[in-house]
Amino acid sequence: MIRAEKIIKSFGEVTVLKGISATFERSKTNMIIGRSGAGKTVLLKLLVGLMQPTDGKVWYDDVNFYELNKRDLRTLRMKVGMLFQGNALFDSMTVEENIRFPLDMFTNKTKKEKLDRVNYCLERVTLEGANSKYPSEISGGMQKRVGIARAIVLEPDYLFCDEPNSGLDPKTSIVIDELIHSITVDNNITTVINTHDMNSVMEIGDTIILLHLGEVTWRGTKNEVLNSNNENLQNFIFASPFLQKLRNAAVE
Amino acid sequence: MNLNIFYHIGRYLILMRTMISRPEKFSMYWKETMRQMNDIGVGSLVIVCLISVFIGAVTAVQFAYQLSGNMIPSYYIGYIVRDITIIELAPTFTGLVLAGKVGSNMASEIGGMRQKEHIDAMELMGVNTAAFLILPKLIAAVVVIPLLVSIAAFVSIIGGYIATVPFGTLTEPEYVRGVRAFFVPYNVFVMFVKALVFAIILTTVSCYQGYFVKGGSIELGQASTQAVVYSDILILLADLVIAIALTG
Repeated sequence: MIRAEKIIKSFGEVTVLKGISATFERSKTNMIIGRSGAGKTVLLKLLVGLMQPTDGKVWYDDVNFYELNKRDLRTLRMKVGMLFQGNALFDSMTVEENIRFPLDMFTNKTKKEKLDRVNYCLERVTLEGANSKYPSEISGGMQKRVGIARAIVLEPDYLFCDEPNSGLDPKTSIVIDELIHSITVDNNITTVINTHDMNSVMEIGDTIILLHLGEVTWRGTKNEVLNSNNENLQNFIFASPFLQKLRNAAVE
Repeated sequence: MNLNIFYHIGRYLILMRTMISRPEKFSMYWKETMRQMNDIGVGSLVIVCLISVFIGAVTAVQFAYQLSGNMIPSYYIGYIVRDITIIELAPTFTGLVLAGKVGSNMASEIGGMRQKEHIDAMELMGVNTAAFLILPKLIAAVVVIPLLVSIAAFVSIIGGYIATVPFGTLTEPEYVRGVRAFFVPYNVFVMFVKALVFAIILTTVSCYQGYFVKGGSIELGQASTQAVVYSDILILLADLVIAIALTG
């Protein structure tokens, strides 16, 4: 479980996050949703330590993340996997080398053990046999799956996904969503997903928080989304005229 | 503006401090250092040799012109080419050329990794990115650049020979006598000190520029240019300081 406690983040005069508190539960896909500029990515970066908050705390189970010494921080980081919005795959490395990188860096496994683990992860994301391809030689959806494979190669306890469906077609998005959800449940991982894709939210959103202008303005589950009267949530979900027409038709 | 300079100096020093740490995995650092040695050394050998041969040639021709018609023996041309090459031209020109070739490449490589979130990805895995991305480059440069400078000095002396002896400016025995005359081993020491300092400057300044790049392709280009410009200025400044300290 991860718990954010009264997180404030300011950039100069501008306060982007205004005291965010949230709990992200184990074995669940926890969603952070909100419009562009709501502070989702900043919150995600604060949760993983790529940014420091102006004030507030982040707890990984019983550990205060920002008070860890370097050694403990490194140990904790090995339990964290992240899928970046742009995948962040190393261009000059093959798929296999990309996935193997954390194993090379932090484990003393033999070559065979590493290869077995890489192949298992590739199988998990249904990319068997793609070992020798370079990121530039595979599609966007496949790159996402390689990113997921790299994120889970060290068997993390915590998985973060920044806009996992950005740039993907709806069908591929569903595949990625299902993959993330099954990995979360099967491996008993705490997964935090930052998205504004409502399809994902409605498919796999076990817990959801809505950020609006740096504040949490709604929290609930995918089952509670459509029945909520929260104005910010309704404006976010039914942003397009097409969806508004559908909603009005359903109401009538 | 002045405060901005202190900000950069402070951030540069913090980056260097962060860089010096125990490697997460020695074998990974070793592999990366070997790759960098190949890139810096083998990758720059041709351009360094090409420039050096011309420097030696031009130096010899112009000193021959200046010494003609006076009482100074012509074998002094070989002596001057040797010493000016060893003390000044080989380390400085090699440093400036490598700042342009290797330095801009380092800034672009690290800057590109910053922009594509590769550095964030590594940080998140627990990798000390300052160490993993900069230290192998620094070690490789400190080992390889003095070797390149030695080769540059040697090739320059050959360049001086090519530009004078075949054209009858002076005879081969005269040139060889000049090259062997009044040799002071201390000058070679000065050359290696310069090479070492220039290697540290061009590597760390370029990596610093790349590591903290923000924005898009325009900023990446600017970082690459700044890496070369600042490295060149600091190399020339260091050249003067070393000259005053060791030969002044």
